Amino acid sequence: MTVKDIISILDADLISGEDLDREIHTACGSDMMSDVLAFVKDQSVLLTGLVNPQVVRTADMMDMVCIVFVRGKEPGEDIIELAQERNIVLIKTGYRMFTACGLLYENGLRGGCQKK
Amino acid sequence: MSDVIALHFDVDGEDFTRAGEASYGVKRTLKQLGINPEAVRKVAIALFEGEINMVIHADGGVIDIEIDNNQIKMILKDKGPGIPDIEKAMQEGFSTASDDVRSLGFGAGMGLPNMKKYTDSMEIQTELGVGTTVTMVVNL
Ligand SMILES: Nc1ncnc2c1ncn2[C@@H]1O[C@H](COP(=O)(O)OP(=O)(O)OP(=O)(O)O)[C@@H](O)[C@H]1O
Ligand SMILES: [Mg+2]
Repeated sequence: MTVKDIISILDADLISGEDLDREIHTACGSDMMSDVLAFVKDQSVLLTGLVNPQVVRTADMMDMVCIVFVRGKEPGEDIIELAQERNIVLIKTGYRMFTACGLLYENGLRGGCQKK
Repeated sequence: MSDVIALHFDVDGEDFTRAGEASYGVKRTLKQLGINPEAVRKVAIALFEGEINMVIHADGGVIDIEIDNNQIKMILKDKGPGIPDIEKAMQEGFSTASDDVRSLGFGAGMGLPNMKKYTDSMEIQTELGVGTTVTMVVNL
């Protein structure tokens, strides 16, 4: 799945970023950043309802490729700038977290983690 | 690389939105040095958690990084309240973070466990009312 596929599956809008052909292998959905940081996988997408610069910093530390803001959340200019500097694509969808994750799962994307 | 490379950062305890800048700087430097990506990511995550802790629990502090051929050492020093019970603080899910901090996406009680998980050694020195020093090492 690519970033472009995610945009189409989630009926999402591109906020910023260019490289939409990058492959996504796994996804992680959370509003708690340390939960996200507990999970390390390559080329992931982060789904979150949280909108602040730490979301971008967290994704960057994990080498994540793309952030999806759910529930139509709108990041500010500061967040967009940070994401551009770190080469992370930002998109937003009107779907809520559960539905957005479900749609991606249904289309073959997995969490990439073992049950604890 | 024969010498030790040393980096120093002051972490502002007042500005939550900038918390993580030091970790970003370290990550960039490690990449430029050609350190393997797996080690870079471990350092980045552990340091980021530590840096956030300094800001949300201890009003900021200083970070020193030492890089040599064999390891990356991170020393995070603050003059915060100290940690009353380290064993408890190390448990997954234990957090004293306020609702304010939680609404910013932190306070899951996963930071210290993550720091331990991603590093080869971690040591916490703490004294109530004096401060906390966390020393972490990632082997290369
Ligand atoms: N530098 C510090 N100074 C004082 N107390 C600290 C410090 N670091 C951690 N603590 C204490 O240890 C607890 C656990 O820390 P930990 O990083 O695991 O979780 P958290 O910061 O509360 O939440 P999370 O890291 O998941 O966002 C904190 O809630 C706090 O009480
Ligand atoms: Mg923490």
